[in-house]
Amino acid sequence: MFEVSALHNFGFPANSLDLLGNNEFQTINDDPIGHFHTPITTATSVLGLAFDNGVILAADTLGSYGSLARFKNISRVLKVNKNIILGVGGDYADFQYLKELVNGKMIGEECLEDNVPLKPASLHCWLTRVLYQRRSKVDPLWNNVLIAGVQNKTPYLGFIDKLGTAVKDTVIATGFGAHIAVPLLRNGVQKKPNMNKQEAEELIVKCMEVLYYRDARSFNKYELGIITPDEVQIKGPISIKANWDISQYVSGYE
Amino acid sequence: MFRNQYDSDVTVWSPQGRIHQVEYAMEAVKLGSATVGLKNKTHAVLVALKRAASELSAYQKKLFPIDEHVGISISGLTADARMLSRYMRTECLNYKYAHDAPLPLNRLLLKLGNKMQVCTQRYDKRPYGVGLLIAGYDDSGPHIYQTCPSANYYDCRAMAIGSRSQSARTYLEKHLDIFPNCATEELVAHGLRALRDTLPNEVELTVKNVSIGIVGVDTTYKEFAENETARYLSMIEGEERRGAPPTGTDPVAPDDGSENEPRDPEPVVAMDTE
Repeated sequence: MFEVSALHNFGFPANSLDLLGNNEFQTINDDPIGHFHTPITTATSVLGLAFDNGVILAADTLGSYGSLARFKNISRVLKVNKNIILGVGGDYADFQYLKELVNGKMIGEECLEDNVPLKPASLHCWLTRVLYQRRSKVDPLWNNVLIAGVQNKTPYLGFIDKLGTAVKDTVIATGFGAHIAVPLLRNGVQKKPNMNKQEAEELIVKCMEVLYYRDARSFNKYELGIITPDEVQIKGPISIKANWDISQYVSGYE
Repeated sequence: MFRNQYDSDVTVWSPQGRIHQVEYAMEAVKLGSATVGLKNKTHAVLVALKRAASELSAYQKKLFPIDEHVGISISGLTADARMLSRYMRTECLNYKYAHDAPLPLNRLLLKLGNKMQVCTQRYDKRPYGVGLLIAGYDDSGPHIYQTCPSANYYDCRAMAIGSRSQSARTYLEKHLDIFPNCATEELVAHGLRALRDTLPNEVELTVKNVSIGIVGVDTTYKEFAENETARYLSMIEGEERRGAPPTGTDPVAPDDGSENEPRDPEPVVAMDTE
């Protein structure tokens, strides 16, 4: 029908027959399995916590190649404008694509020169459309995205997964952090509702440390993104001083 | 056939540097009944005079809702206005779908202006024969925009377009300073007074021939029902009309003075709105 297989697979042979030059499978429709991409270089959890007048994000700087700690200094917390920061986990290539997409959109908005700053809720919605459209092509962008910002002087924290599922909350963590960090963060918020910036930062740092001990795909260097009505800050990379002497106390998992 | 040598097409310049077809389209706006738009610091109001084509027919709609935060009033070709309002509705809806927020007015006007400009520059198109007053509310406050068939658009503090609208503009100019701080109810009354100044002496504003639309802070766009319109009409009832010269201020079509040349048929304008 249509010769789209080469395009769809970005030039990679779809199966071994192609390698031999026997182009029996020329179209997607003839391909009985259907191939979509799986993540290659991946990044682990992203944490997000809303405090009294802003939001803090945290993500480590490791790009894993399977279980190999392949890239040790990648950045995945970024400033979008003075209202919005993003933290992205999952496939690093798809993150780079997403980053360029958001960049392009921001340039487009800036070109209008109309002083209508993009709001976090708008970007949250827009990215949801992007991710959902891709999952509907059965070619998802393999990412978890946290959108943090300040809208009408109140903190905004949103989440999207690779299927385009959108969630809004005051405490969100993706990946392994959803299991390890969320209980810790919620505990902290319950003990001290309406934390200030410093308290929120201390709690997030604590969670990053715990994740470093528990998550085999994590790393001892991370970045923080802090957004308040007054400023946007990307801090880091910050190093975790680990104490592995305590490792002997972990038992029962052998 | 043509009024001069240089008006055969929208793409033709006259030696004086004018594009006559576009200027003719501008005249179409003046054939429609008058409509007034004005705003204070929180709300934008549209007031329009409706016409009935005959005693037997209903009054022609003048106000169209676009989105929860935008409404328009029209003067000129209704069919063209409906094309434009459908376009604006689509754009507002698309923006809301993608951004979960209402389309800012300046961006709506940018899109609309670009759409309208295209047909002033192509030989196989004609300009839209309608003028719009666009009332809206967004993060930067209430807005009144005016658009022309020439694809110019203007951000206005107050404006009136349509037949005999010069009298309304005179009223608006005279009271421009008090609009920003006046109460919204009073703003509507000012709109009605301005509209009343465009009427011939024997015609009155009634709930049948007046439309009022409003949008503003915490107010999604809505057009008033007849009983609400009646309440506002009673606010200006019995007031003496300001000195609006009833004729001669706003000619229906430009008169080039020569009786011998063939003329376009003059449209029959049913000003009797009762």
